[in-house]
Amino acid sequence: MADIALTVLGLAGLFAGLMSVVLALTWFERKLLARIQQRAGPSVVGPHGLLQPVADAIKLLTKEDLRPAEANRFLFWVAPIAVVIPAFLLWVTIPFADGLAVRAIELGLVYLIGLSVLEVVGLLLAGWGSASKYSMLGGFRAAAQLVSYEIPIIVVMIAVAILVQSVDLRHVVDGHTTTIAGRTISFAGQGGVPLALIMPLGLAIFFIAGLAELGRTPFDIHHAESEVVGGPFVEYSGAHWATFFLAEYMNTFFISALTVLLFFGGWSWPSFETILGDSAPAWIVNALGVAWFLAKIFVVAAVIIWFRGTYPRLRIDQLMSFGWQVLIPLSFANLILAAIVMYYRWPVWSLTLTSIPFLAGIGWFAFKRYADPRKVTTVRMYRRSTRADGEPALIPQERLVPQGVPPLNDRLVSQEPAR
Amino acid sequence: MTNIRNTRLDTPEESRPNAGLPSVHGPQVLTRDPRLLTGTVGGTTGGTTEHSGTPHTPALARSPQTLDLMLNMGPQHPATHGVFRMELAIDGEQVVDLIPHIGYLHRGSEKLCEHEIYSQIITLFDRLDYVSNFNNELGLVLAVEKLMSIEVPERASYIRMVLCELNRIASHLLFAGTFALDAGALTPSLYTFRDREKIQAIFEATSGARMMHNFFRVGGIKEDVAEDFGARVTQLLSELDRGIDEVDHILTFGEVFLARTKGVGVINGPDAVDWGLSGPALRASNVPYDVRVYEPYCLYDHVEFGVPVGSQGDTWDRYYTRILEMRESVGIVRQCLGQMKPGPIMAPLRRIARPPKGEVYAHAENPRGDFGVYIVSDGGEKPYRLKVRPPSYCNLMALRDLVVGQYIADAVVILGSLDIVLGEVDR
Repeated sequence: MADIALTVLGLAGLFAGLMSVVLALTWFERKLLARIQQRAGPSVVGPHGLLQPVADAIKLLTKEDLRPAEANRFLFWVAPIAVVIPAFLLWVTIPFADGLAVRAIELGLVYLIGLSVLEVVGLLLAGWGSASKYSMLGGFRAAAQLVSYEIPIIVVMIAVAILVQSVDLRHVVDGHTTTIAGRTISFAGQGGVPLALIMPLGLAIFFIAGLAELGRTPFDIHHAESEVVGGPFVEYSGAHWATFFLAEYMNTFFISALTVLLFFGGWSWPSFETILGDSAPAWIVNALGVAWFLAKIFVVAAVIIWFRGTYPRLRIDQLMSFGWQVLIPLSFANLILAAIVMYYRWPVWSLTLTSIPFLAGIGWFAFKRYADPRKVTTVRMYRRSTRADGEPALIPQERLVPQGVPPLNDRLVSQEPAR
Repeated sequence: MTNIRNTRLDTPEESRPNAGLPSVHGPQVLTRDPRLLTGTVGGTTGGTTEHSGTPHTPALARSPQTLDLMLNMGPQHPATHGVFRMELAIDGEQVVDLIPHIGYLHRGSEKLCEHEIYSQIITLFDRLDYVSNFNNELGLVLAVEKLMSIEVPERASYIRMVLCELNRIASHLLFAGTFALDAGALTPSLYTFRDREKIQAIFEATSGARMMHNFFRVGGIKEDVAEDFGARVTQLLSELDRGIDEVDHILTFGEVFLARTKGVGVINGPDAVDWGLSGPALRASNVPYDVRVYEPYCLYDHVEFGVPVGSQGDTWDRYYTRILEMRESVGIVRQCLGQMKPGPIMAPLRRIARPPKGEVYAHAENPRGDFGVYIVSDGGEKPYRLKVRPPSYCNLMALRDLVVGQYIADAVVILGSLDIVLGEVDR
């Protein structure tokens, strides 16, 4: 009985904590994005606009809640709930500090993988239930995108599990010291190194796929404003829209947290226990750990927001081909590398070295396929101020041609403008 | 170039590609008219509603299992740049047909012109292409001056050129920002709007209005510029140089942006000429046609400038041509400021212009292309008939050819790259 009460209390605390963190994250995102865009951002409500998220929440909750006449009443109402519940349940097993989780599950990673797939159901329901073509397109886009990018995430998680020999998040973070063949290896935690340095390829894949999983720029395809006008959420307003919004930010926060837990040593790296010494009380170590963990999460979230302020949006076919042709093969290569390293007991830094050519491969792919400046062949013609009779109106001007451009086409010089 | 009538939306059933062919899925499943999915989707009514909004357009189904979905984009849609409306027939994510609808902003400008004296028409022209107002005014006063054989004072011409080129930069900045928004990038639009505001501040100081200037007159300009005009513009130009560089750096060569725009919506030179494209949209297709070069008006034959020409004719070229054009415009303004001398700003004329009987066509290079004005005068103080050749409208002609076969997201980007302004399309 006390156990149940404790769990309920924990869930309530988690919910309240998540709410405040989500509010903080919305403020953080708006402020940072504004700074990137040379704006002031929220600045009116409260000091530095800190109370703006609260004002927004009040506004959203008191707004009229509209349902399109043709919409399926049940699907339309149930979709936001179907999105927000898995987003919340994911957090149940996330440890904020050593042993500080609502329910520490030994199969933590498996639990996370299982739950995180569920979000797509809610988006599909919303897309179909709104009786809007834009919603439906958005819902289908979300389904294709989320299901595709789930695979690299899962495969990277498996690689991490292989390295730390555990699927328990506490062990992943805690620098789970494994004894293999009489040799102790330690990753994070006590003076170890975070997995980001051991498996940079895994981190890159995980972060990119995580962005796609969140529907964040440059993968914000399923609610692309300029195409499907908000996708599955387009018909929602008021509290229901706020629910989607909440789930979205909880997920953003979750992917950031998972990145920190898996690759940056969570609360533990560098460890406060080693800094403060054994004599420090446990609650101080834990409090510092939680603060440290949150700070790391916000750094990752800042990178996500930075991406949003920088990149345009990919097209759906480019997204799918990038996922299936690049990320999934790479994630399997990463998995196999990790397995080989562990099986033959090579030193872990060999994994870092082998990751580098693959990382370079991603860059090469993006560069070669899309962005080779040598393909930029804009030539420029030039008009003189005083033109003699019979001289062509336009003469080629070479100083203006970008480097590496093929020679100018002489045909243009004498070519008459229009027929 | 495909025949505009030969669309998927009105091909007779027996002449469709799959007519009479045995289906791989067994006998033909759809014996009824396969028609566009024009009703509701999802919700309570389910997927395939029967009622069709356009009974005269039975659509072609690619196979018995798939129907085209009719997607209505606009007139209220973030990506249609005003009140343009596209009816898209889509197959999955791909556009198989497109019907553009215009006229939501029709104000009868050309007819209104017949009831105004020439100096009043200028205000109507401000409202055609409402992001390059000075250029519109210039088109009109050039036509009237040509009809009346007026010699415009040199200083007035230089001031006109400065204002028009600044307006070209402002218009292209707006284009770059909205184009980035179409492609999904948020930040460039704020950078470009920041710089556009600075240009508009100059306009406001000069004409008293940020957009609807009513500043050019038949035979000159309304009043001379302020004394600090040159200094302010010079200061502005250096800021613009930096601003254009910023947009260029954040957007132009980004991998994602290139992925979205390179090779999308390609139109070659001859096709572009056939469709009547003009301006940057034409020059991007490797046709170096610029009215300022071939039929110099004002004093464009006194300045040196480059004409950026694209090579591929794709969306990216249409974008980059405009970026390069902004830099050239900065150069033109610098030269104009250097060559400007004090002097009269109005030709000695009657207060109310009364052109002789006759007709005239004059055109000028607007930010969007070849802006032509055709006036028939019966010798009165109002035109008998006035016709505008709006470059946006003519550029829009190629839209269907460019979009069909591409993705929905490409349709948005292609429409953005044509850079239409609905005030000018609908008039």
